Amino acid sequence: MVATLIRLTGDWDLAEEAVQDAVERALRRWPEEGLPRSPAAWLTTVAKNRALDVLRRRRTERAKLEEAAIEAELGVAGGSPRDPMSDDLLRLLFTCCHPALALDSRVALTLKTVAGLSTAEIARAFLVSESTLSQRLLRTKRKIANAGIPFRVPPDELLAERTGGVLAVLYLIFNEGYSRREDHVAVEARRITSLLVELMPHEDEALGLLALMTFHLARRSTRFDTDGHLVPMEEQDRSRWDRSLVDEGRGHLGRAARSGAAPGTYRLQAEIALCHAAALDAGSTPWAEIVALYDALLAVQPSPVIALNRAIAVGFRDGYEAGLAELDRLDTTALSAYHPLPAARADFLRRLGRTDEALRAYDAALDLVSEDQPEHELVQRRISELRQPDS
Amino acid sequence: MKYMMFVVADPAAAAEAEPSDDDLTIEEWLADVDGRGKRLTGDALRPTADATTVRVRRGEVIITDGPFTESKEWIVGFDILDCDDLDEAISIAARHPQANGGKLELRPFMTPED
Repeated sequence: MVATLIRLTGDWDLAEEAVQDAVERALRRWPEEGLPRSPAAWLTTVAKNRALDVLRRRRTERAKLEEAAIEAELGVAGGSPRDPMSDDLLRLLFTCCHPALALDSRVALTLKTVAGLSTAEIARAFLVSESTLSQRLLRTKRKIANAGIPFRVPPDELLAERTGGVLAVLYLIFNEGYSRREDHVAVEARRITSLLVELMPHEDEALGLLALMTFHLARRSTRFDTDGHLVPMEEQDRSRWDRSLVDEGRGHLGRAARSGAAPGTYRLQAEIALCHAAALDAGSTPWAEIVALYDALLAVQPSPVIALNRAIAVGFRDGYEAGLAELDRLDTTALSAYHPLPAARADFLRRLGRTDEALRAYDAALDLVSEDQPEHELVQRRISELRQPDS
Repeated sequence: MKYMMFVVADPAAAAEAEPSDDDLTIEEWLADVDGRGKRLTGDALRPTADATTVRVRRGEVIITDGPFTESKEWIVGFDILDCDDLDEAISIAARHPQANGGKLELRPFMTPED
């Protein structure tokens, strides 16, 4: 609804106000008068009328043009076969994720206007002050207007790359929420991804991303123990993984595969997540399949972090010595500030009983992870376990 | 919508750039944008060795040899584009020969409402 009003008025703040106003009126009137036959249409009409009122009072040239546009739409009876509101939502999503906007701005604007989170909620989830976030939102909306960012779904020649951009923003939001235990942010990211899938049903990477997020959420309840400490996947109680979410994710991947397209980064990451999610215990994890998937993933997305994850999988497939050898072959410069590298080394050394070397590697990992990250406590735990094996 | 396009040389990027068969010559780029009426005007500029910077501080006119910035990148030319929206301006800038190995900045103009 906000999306439609943004399209009609070109004024993001007015759009939000008008919708809020309509919702408030609904909350006052519907309990007494009962639900209208089409609540969505009622709300949209009220919001459009409110926007019209404000625009008339502004009386500027541009406002007159926008007024005409709204009046034209109010006058049209019935609708196009495809719901105009979902078209507008898609336009809104692509606009919020436009590459000319800074990444922080894309994230903030998507959460505010597409997910409908409050400024306070977003600020809290991303650890910035509310005023910083408000300023960021204001600057972003100004940039969209001043720089001429069009409010539309990109044309065919740009669609593939811009869709990739939208998916990247959604995954970023999901990961931020998920890693900071701001579950509602992760859930919102998944909800928007799900909407995107509905609106672009042939976009197989959107399905892949939705599957990936779904698999992550399936394991949500076992990630942390009752003391708030991180539980490695190997130690998680798999009976508490949400099987219905795993099945849902599997379904999304199945639909994605029907496209016949070669899987891209999200489908491949989701397949890897499914390998873990479907294994009834850590011992049945199909490591050979996972390594093969990482090989395919590296081909589409060469990245030192993915190479690291692949090396870890090799260690579980071929043995910990092989894993260490694979870790040694990585580009250490690119990973020099990345604590999972020494942590992975430490973990293999620990399993091999090479305690002194393991401790040195855990110390190296500790240097790279800040105290507020949950991994910090885990590394310290491993160090204590190694120093006092019987405690 | 009008955009100022600054054409910027970036020697570090130029050193690493690989020419591609898709790269247009400046003549081809001009023929395209002018042919479609997307360019109002533009020109190449002489190097920064020929630049002069002027300031007035406390009533004194201060003249220095060289560009206004000490940066290792510099403006080699400009074009004023007239495009439907930013995406069109971006696609025009991306096809400029200086895009591969240099940079282009797109800046909208102030409007009477600002």
